[in-house]
Amino acid sequence: MADVELKTAPADFRFPTTNQTRHCFTRYVEFHKCVNAKGEESDDCMKFAKYYRSLCPGEWVEKWNEQRENGTFPGPL
Amino acid sequence: MMIHEFFDRFLTIAFCDAAEPWQLGFQDAATPIMQGIIDLHHDILFFLILILVFVLWMLVRALWHFNENTNPIPQRIVHGTTIEIIWTIFPSIILMFIAIPSFALLYSMDEVVVDPAVTIKAIGHQWYWTYEYSDYNRSDEQSLTFDSYMIPEDDLELGQLRLLEVDNRVVVPAQTHLRMIITSADVLHSWAVPSLGVKCDAVPGRLNQTSILIQREGVYYGQCSEICGTNHAFMPIVVEAVNFKDYGTWVSNQLCQQSN
Repeated sequence: MADVELKTAPADFRFPTTNQTRHCFTRYVEFHKCVNAKGEESDDCMKFAKYYRSLCPGEWVEKWNEQRENGTFPGPL
Repeated sequence: MMIHEFFDRFLTIAFCDAAEPWQLGFQDAATPIMQGIIDLHHDILFFLILILVFVLWMLVRALWHFNENTNPIPQRIVHGTTIEIIWTIFPSIILMFIAIPSFALLYSMDEVVVDPAVTIKAIGHQWYWTYEYSDYNRSDEQSLTFDSYMIPEDDLELGQLRLLEVDNRVVVPAQTHLRMIITSADVLHSWAVPSLGVKCDAVPGRLNQTSILIQREGVYYGQCSEICGTNHAFMPIVVEAVNFKDYGTWVSNQLCQQSN
């Protein structure tokens, strides 16, 4: 296997403390705002997608996806 | 040189990365934070022993001399400005000697790691941990996720540690900045591994972040550290730090298995 580079969501200085709940939520919202603005397949949006997938537990992402489908997602999309 | 060879040949030194029966001291450090904690402990213990010896001496001395036959006339001193100043200033100086390394460690532990290489999520359940390695996802569904249950006593093999072994360990690369995100799916838990100097509460609805840099390869054991019900004592944590290449191999094997 070639020299693989390990990459993950970088530290965000908007969220410097231990509690990263808002960081995960913000990345998820940023991704969907980006998708609404630029379309589903845009590469710029994939960056946000990687970030929220790294930070947010799978259960939370599933729950939010359902809420978006039902129109009950509480974030500013 | 000969003594060195003697030690190499006959006395293997193994690291203490798990609880030992009747253990008094810390487990061996595998991260800079834990080494800092141990060093701070040594600094404080020095002053602690000085103070302990002094206080015990005062106490024993007072008890020894309190005797009607040998010391019938007691002292009646009620003031002493000089000594009162001394026994205020001197403890403040000792506290300052303790505070300096303590704050140095505290603030260095809080330093933000700007570019962790790996993010691992540890989710506490009643009564097991789930680990998610989602850096390699290409969609919301795929994820390297697995549960980690304690191996019951009846299923242990010879040499395994009782109440500490798990079926699936958390495999991580050594010498790499890791970001751990700890949360819970039900009640409070706490993800603790003494050798790594990490203890982080798992709170439902909250993501707690802690950074780890494991300096040597090895297997590190810990236990849930927040009461969470009847099997709180039976949901341990095992972290296996491997070299970079082995980590890559492990990740690809896991991803292949999960996609099959």
